[in-house]
Amino acid sequence: MSLAYFPGCTLSTKASGYDASGRAVAQALGMPLAELPEWQCCGATFPLSTDNSMSLIAPTRILTQGQKAGGHVTTLCAICFHVLRRSQNFLGEHPEMLERINWFTEEPYQGTTRVSHFLELLRDDLSWDALASRVTRPLAGLKVAPYYGCLLLRPKDEIGLDDPDHPTILHDCMTALGAEVVDFPYASECCGSYLAVSKPDLPEKLSKEIVASARRNGAQAIVTACPLCQYNLDHPQKLIASGDTVPVLYFTQLIAVALGLEEAVWGMEKHYVDPRPLLSDKSSVISHQ
Amino acid sequence: MSKIGVFVCHCGINIAGTVDVAQVVAEIQKSGDVAFAIDYKYMCSDPGQQLIKESIAKYGLDGVVVAACSPAMHETTFRRTVASAGLNSFRCECANIREQCSWVHQQEKDKATAKAIAITRSIAEKVKGNETLNPLTLPLTHRTLVIGGGIAGMQAALDVADAGYGDKEHRSVILIEKQEHLGGRMAQLSGTYLNFAAAPGLLQGIIERVTHHPNIQVLTGAEVVEVSGYVGNFRVKVNLNPSAPLSPDFTFDIGAIVVATGWQPYDRAKLPEYGGADIPDVVDGLTFEQMLAPGGEIRRPSDGKIPREIVFVQCAGSRDRERGVPYCSKVCCMYVAKQAMLYRERVPDGQAYVFYIDIRSAGKNYDEYIQRAMTNYQVLYLRGKVSKIFREGDKTMVWGVDTLSDRTLEVAADLVVLATPMTPTASAVELGQRLHISTDANGFYNEAHPKLRPVETLTAGIYLAGAGQGPKDIPETVAQASGAAAKVLQLFSKDEMTASPMVATVIPELCAACGVCVETCPYGARQIHPLWNIATVNAALCQSCGACVVACPNKASQVHNWRPEQIMAMVDELM
Repeated sequence: MSLAYFPGCTLSTKASGYDASGRAVAQALGMPLAELPEWQCCGATFPLSTDNSMSLIAPTRILTQGQKAGGHVTTLCAICFHVLRRSQNFLGEHPEMLERINWFTEEPYQGTTRVSHFLELLRDDLSWDALASRVTRPLAGLKVAPYYGCLLLRPKDEIGLDDPDHPTILHDCMTALGAEVVDFPYASECCGSYLAVSKPDLPEKLSKEIVASARRNGAQAIVTACPLCQYNLDHPQKLIASGDTVPVLYFTQLIAVALGLEEAVWGMEKHYVDPRPLLSDKSSVISHQ
Repeated sequence: MSKIGVFVCHCGINIAGTVDVAQVVAEIQKSGDVAFAIDYKYMCSDPGQQLIKESIAKYGLDGVVVAACSPAMHETTFRRTVASAGLNSFRCECANIREQCSWVHQQEKDKATAKAIAITRSIAEKVKGNETLNPLTLPLTHRTLVIGGGIAGMQAALDVADAGYGDKEHRSVILIEKQEHLGGRMAQLSGTYLNFAAAPGLLQGIIERVTHHPNIQVLTGAEVVEVSGYVGNFRVKVNLNPSAPLSPDFTFDIGAIVVATGWQPYDRAKLPEYGGADIPDVVDGLTFEQMLAPGGEIRRPSDGKIPREIVFVQCAGSRDRERGVPYCSKVCCMYVAKQAMLYRERVPDGQAYVFYIDIRSAGKNYDEYIQRAMTNYQVLYLRGKVSKIFREGDKTMVWGVDTLSDRTLEVAADLVVLATPMTPTASAVELGQRLHISTDANGFYNEAHPKLRPVETLTAGIYLAGAGQGPKDIPETVAQASGAAAKVLQLFSKDEMTASPMVATVIPELCAACGVCVETCPYGARQIHPLWNIATVNAALCQSCGACVVACPNKASQVHNWRPEQIMAMVDELM
């Protein structure tokens, strides 16, 4: 059975590698993703104004499409996930707002769509053991630092994916792939987020600190579940000496590698720091079985 | 025939604005048992009370009804008035025609007047049947149990013991301590703040006095197992060796109990953002005290190096509704200043940082002390919270914010001291249940009134001292302990106790010893007498709730002055 999938804008453009690897991995794991028809942008921020009804219409429409597609919508983008899950929670607690928004939408939203992040499905619906059993090329010897950022985990009570101070979900995923997990203190610090647009020097500064800390702690790669985190950590590395760079990957890309999927679906062409030399250095990192 | 006087109060316009008080007087006078009735503007005023007193003498009254406010308001006042005129105070009752009549029927004045008349008549009927009663006397054991041998318990024990009430054979104070030695948390401190006095020295003198006091029996390594009885007459079972499986319990007769169980440090594992308990060079305040104490050394636990950069984190877990405890631990601002100054004395080239939300140094000479740390000792105070502590190499990294300069900071520290909150001891709630005293949401014992009864509990005869009631420092603890001791001595100033005679009683001829009253009584005041085979009432425990009266199938249980025939007569007047 396929899963209703909301890619979101970023995964259709800058983060197309996340989208491609995610779809390929889902297919390989027997939970193929079926893109929602006629979807639009989720708004990219969860509205926090006093009257947020306008800004809730877009996410509500996506939830309605999820409702039509079987009552469950999954995402790969941490930001879309954040917006959709918080909107879903908010509408559940504010039936009067749901009623109001339903005046503006083509069909009424019932308020019951399950919103999940694909990473959460791997943990809760598939299980790490099941994932591990599908690995054909364990990432043995690859030292990878999970980087969570903010929006995937916070606010804790509303998102409820993992403990924002001590998250383990990416750790567990990497362990299932056979990689060596590296802890570093910046794992759930902010990457600078949207300030990449208005104040690019800030993410550049943060990226430098985050990447340097990951390196100090022995990481060969950083793994994330958010397209903005990937962009903000990866692209500013153009300012770093080439010997000090660390590739920043999506977890789906590393799963694709570990499942033995062909390089065409890895989707690493748009990365500034190309991870492929590290991953294809078969003698040192990837041990074929 | 009775000679009852009825005194109808206007309460200004509170009653008279709604109830026709003249008509109440006129109607009540028609009753054969009413010898005299009158209304007056304020019956509780001195002239009003004088009117009652004079009327008792003038008309030879044998009962008084004051038709006025609720008995909860002025019953005591009017009973005292009646007693001063030579009439038994239990021959006086209040008819509530204010809260239960005029205030709630302001729009229906005629009906209100009729209701006031009915209420007053009904109470007059009750007074006719009221017995003459006298306060009960109960025995009082002049021995105190102090639970906890820290500074609070020792101070309370000394104050009570110094007042006497005992001898070598019958010591007046039993001091029990769970640990094998006296001293409590104060024994773990290097010194006190304000005067830098060495805590062990201060404490040693007190411990000597306690252990050699002829009126104090010290039981260490002991625990309270069971508490029964009531004020003046507790029976307390104590086990002297709780860890041994067959250790017998000892029972003591106790008149008053002082609970001085103290505090324990917050569990650092609950602070994952500060490394939980996993970073070796992050310690709590109490651990740092050991480094400052005589014989101790300020060294990094990880490698024994002398720390050159030390960070103190105030409010580590306190004032944190979401993740820690919501309250202010009160002592941390002061002891952090002390620890930072002592650090600077021992490591003169070291740098001390203190992260704080705000400085709470309310107390005599307290703020001056903090200023000393800032100016004389160059301790760097940074106003802001620490967000994260983690290990990097051999350093402990501290991320925080200085909200005064609006900057985020990173300190590569050698040692981090967390000023974690004082929390109640692990067994505080359980002990509270054994003692029938309540604890608050944080596990601290509740005082009887937050402003006016800070050392008493709501259970008579049980008093509080020290940090078990809430975070406090040594001077405040000592003051509260002395306050608790004063309350004990106030209780002990009499040879026996008096109690209200308005309690349940049993008509022995009607009692079948079925035991229904024993099961019904919520206060444990009833039992079947083993020899006489009738139900008895423990007057000290009875709250005259009347549950046994209703339950008794033979109508053998009665409450004094609320006998069934009185109640029936009252109902007749109302119907």
